[in-house]
Amino acid sequence: MTQPDPLLRVEGLKTHFFLDEGTVRAVDGVDLTVMPGTIVCVVGESGCGKSITARSILGLVEAPGRVVAGHIWWNPAMARDRSPVAERGPRRGHRAGKSHGGRADLTALEPHSEQLRQIRGNDISMIFQEPMASLSPMYTVAAQLTEAIRLHMPMSKQEAFDRGVSLLKRVGIPRPEQRMHAYPFQLSGGMCQRVMIAIALSCSPSLLIADEPTTALDVTTQARIIDLLTELQAETGMAIMFITHDMGVVAEIADEVVVMYLGTVVERGSVEEIFHDPKHPYTQGLLRSIPTMGRGSRQRLTSIQGQVPHPLNRPSGCPYHPRCDRAVAGVCDVADPPTVNLERGRQVRCVLYDSDQRVAPSSSADAGNRDQP
Amino acid sequence: MTNTHTVDAAETLLDVQNLSMQFPVRGRGMLARTTGYVQAVGGVDLSIRSGEVLGLVGESGCGKTTLGKCIVGEIRPTGGNVYYRDSDGTSVDLTALNSKTLRKYQRHIRVIFQDPFSSLNPRMTVAQIVGDPLKAHGIAKGSELEDRVATALRLVGLSPGYMHRFPHAFSGGERQRINIARALILDPQLVIADEAVSALDVSIRAQILNLLRDLQDELNLTYLFISHDLSVIESICDRVAVMYLGKIVELADTDAIYRSPQHPYTEALLSAVPRADPRLRGTGRRIRLSDDFPDPSNPPPGCHFHTRCRYADLERCRAEIPQLRVIAGQHQSACHLTEELTLAGITAPTESAPVVD
Amino acid sequence: MTEPAPFETSGTGATDSLTLEPTQPSSPNKIYTAKQWTLIRKAFFKHKLAVIGLFVTVAIYFVAIFAGFLAPFTASKFNANYVYAPPQRLHVVDRSHGGWDWGLYVYGYKSTQDPKTLQLKYKPDPAKKIPVGLFVHGSKYKVFGLIPTDIHLIGPVDQKQPMYLLGADRNGRDLLSRMIYATRISMSIGLVGVAIALVLGLALGGVSGYFGGKVDTLIQRLVEFFMSIPTLPLWLGLAAALPGGWGPLKRYFAITIILGIVAWTSLARVTRGRFLSLREEAFVTAAALDGNSHSRLIYRHMLPSLTSYVIAHMTLAIPGMILAETSLSFLGLGLQPPVVSWGVLLEDAQNVRVVSTAPWLLLPGVAVTIAVLALNFLGDGLRDAADPYRR
Repeated sequence: MTQPDPLLRVEGLKTHFFLDEGTVRAVDGVDLTVMPGTIVCVVGESGCGKSITARSILGLVEAPGRVVAGHIWWNPAMARDRSPVAERGPRRGHRAGKSHGGRADLTALEPHSEQLRQIRGNDISMIFQEPMASLSPMYTVAAQLTEAIRLHMPMSKQEAFDRGVSLLKRVGIPRPEQRMHAYPFQLSGGMCQRVMIAIALSCSPSLLIADEPTTALDVTTQARIIDLLTELQAETGMAIMFITHDMGVVAEIADEVVVMYLGTVVERGSVEEIFHDPKHPYTQGLLRSIPTMGRGSRQRLTSIQGQVPHPLNRPSGCPYHPRCDRAVAGVCDVADPPTVNLERGRQVRCVLYDSDQRVAPSSSADAGNRDQP
Repeated sequence: MTNTHTVDAAETLLDVQNLSMQFPVRGRGMLARTTGYVQAVGGVDLSIRSGEVLGLVGESGCGKTTLGKCIVGEIRPTGGNVYYRDSDGTSVDLTALNSKTLRKYQRHIRVIFQDPFSSLNPRMTVAQIVGDPLKAHGIAKGSELEDRVATALRLVGLSPGYMHRFPHAFSGGERQRINIARALILDPQLVIADEAVSALDVSIRAQILNLLRDLQDELNLTYLFISHDLSVIESICDRVAVMYLGKIVELADTDAIYRSPQHPYTEALLSAVPRADPRLRGTGRRIRLSDDFPDPSNPPPGCHFHTRCRYADLERCRAEIPQLRVIAGQHQSACHLTEELTLAGITAPTESAPVVD
Repeated sequence: MTEPAPFETSGTGATDSLTLEPTQPSSPNKIYTAKQWTLIRKAFFKHKLAVIGLFVTVAIYFVAIFAGFLAPFTASKFNANYVYAPPQRLHVVDRSHGGWDWGLYVYGYKSTQDPKTLQLKYKPDPAKKIPVGLFVHGSKYKVFGLIPTDIHLIGPVDQKQPMYLLGADRNGRDLLSRMIYATRISMSIGLVGVAIALVLGLALGGVSGYFGGKVDTLIQRLVEFFMSIPTLPLWLGLAAALPGGWGPLKRYFAITIILGIVAWTSLARVTRGRFLSLREEAFVTAAALDGNSHSRLIYRHMLPSLTSYVIAHMTLAIPGMILAETSLSFLGLGLQPPVVSWGVLLEDAQNVRVVSTAPWLLLPGVAVTIAVLALNFLGDGLRDAADPYRR
């Protein structure tokens, strides 16, 4: 299989928080890759470490948190090679002028270093859950947008303003010239999120990290923001790392899906595979517990038993085993589960699949009798 | 205004008639005058039948939470009546009661709050929180109180052994169970669940929804279930009312409203819900509503929805306010064009949908 | 090892039989069962300066309580022979005879008069060794105002001999004793003043924040009015208006009331703000819907979340009171002799010439500084620790 190099490869990332009460292993060995031009959804419940993973990539983890192990390989070559887009005309030459060839390990860079700042400003952008909170209420949209533009490109104020207007138009804000002079509190939540996206796009990033960007929005607005992100992705060829807890949104937007549980990646695969052939018991449980519309009223839901353990109280062995209905006593509660590579780059971190003659997911009785380290 | 529902009066537990709630909008500064009013709820008629789960759904700012607050008496509506049928069969207008008498009826109408974190006093133990309603109403104290708290906790699936812990010892799902226990300890008739599962994780949400259903069966409760999440509403409600800008635009049995919505807004809402099936992607089933939610202090004339409605092209929609009227059987809709439109609902999941044994 | 979830493991909730029995919480969960005050204490003891502040404050109040025992003499015992006598060094061992002669003693004074200025100059006189003892009998006083005794921690064995460890004032009174007695007045005036401010501030601020509306507007305008009056002239005016014939006790209470009236405004503001934000909290709404009456809602559900803030605020208000009293007394408008407070003592040091000849008269200022700093550190620590749930 000849695959292109990934834009971003996270290897064995561990980000721990050192509190007085103990160490919280918020991210505890995460592997994931983002290919150029794809949308990767990181999905999981609260406390699974999905946001901390994103923050680790950008070097935004604050004390008492620290990246303690692993590598985050950023491949600027892949970033440069993506298909040119009309929007990013002025940027091309500028970026080509930057002459760092090979891939860089973002964990090796100082959190406040110029190099990381460069990458954060020019190659990777981020949008957040609360658009209102991410924009300053003291400045107009124009002030915040043109500032972002002028940080990346030497431009006059007027040029930056014009580019800001075109960006606002691009993210679907009607009457952009008027909206440029508005303050964030004068805009609705959806509009604010569009402004945030415009700011994130101002540097023509190769990777956009979107941390629950639609969670705070109404369902109708959410639908439109998802449309917008999909469109922008297709148009600019950037990659998107989309963090969410909503399986419905994942089904709408993802190419690749990374399912996380308690700081570990339990399953990786294409969106089709994850939804129609989930392997890991957690993924299966998650899919079962979401209400599917159209099933008729008052249908009983299947839920995952128990709850996410307290981060200071991690179970030994497989983090999911106390809730797993197919946990193998003496195996799952003792040893860390192995990461099993399945066909087409699929990965699942579960002992049920760790065998030469692979046990079908349904024949769990069989799996229970095997002696696996 | 008369009750338009074709419900037998005897089985109506709560009857909301022409309820409206206006909030004054003040200008800035110390001596500012009221410059206008936000009509959060504008003339709502709604009856809740004994033993049913009525869903109330709409986007944020549609007035669904305000309606719930008016019913429970947390705020006083500026107009209309809320008739509650007491156990002896007499009907009481809750809006006409003074706060002391109202307190008596608030025993029968209880609220489950949205945020499991802020709704529990961090300085009180679980026993104190859950037992507080009994104490405040002077119903029980001492060991009887403790017994009843233990019973309530067991009812919601919590171990009474944890009752002397503080709320921060519990996870979100457990806290929501505490909230439910607090609501149920007064043996209420009607429970208003305002976004009761929205703040919870997916796997916990299913647990709490199942718990609420089981409790309803066991205790013969009536729920008013307020949520913005249509998939959650479908999984628990018998009937659904859809609200838009302070008015109810559609009201019907759950299956009817999901299969064949009769209001364009309901259709748009249903189509916007992301479906957990990647194969449905790009099937063009989605209706895009513009982000321009009208200013509630200055709602558009005529049908409030006409500014975002893709079918509104008649003079009539802009000039005449549509009334909620019976379309067929129990199905009510407030749209001039209902009869002329064929609106798309949600079809049952296909075979290819994620069915994990 | 994990702690079993405190609820049963399936979503099929509503039956009793499935409920798990309570299990022993495992150790990492200790903090989650901790009470509010335990958490506050933990947070507080992490704050080094605050802990130092706490110890100093406790020490100062200890001095105030046991002033009679700690002070070698009474505050008013004078001796015209030792006007402006400088501090003596306290010796522990006498080696003048070659050997090691253990025992506390001070040297007496040799006084000479400056022929030009007629000023008395004192020099330690090694010939006059005045033995000093611990737990000596001296002037009578009452412990806690009840138990009469005459035992002092330290003092000259012969009460007629001079002992001025921190020097003497213009009447030959012992500054150390006077400062110790002054601690009583100065530190208590802060407490009483704050208590008055607390009652006024909590009541008016609480009413203002809880009920809102017109009452709120009225009280807030009142607060603004009080805050807009320049404090020093107000104190001066009020203090000057006190009838001259009032005795020391009357005057003392009058001064505390004056200080309290000025200080309640900021506490009222804090209380109002907290009530306003608490009113919006979901748990207060929930408590109201639980059927709680106004008073139960305030006392049981709202005030407990306020106590830590109030204590912190009070601690930070005491130093202001102490300083205010000191300024007033320094200007001669506060407490009047024979009552001694740090401010009254500093009044003696108003004159530059006095300060140059007897700089030790400024020592009460040092006491004020230490007390104010300690209380400020303590208050800061309390304020930071006040909300253990903030994280």
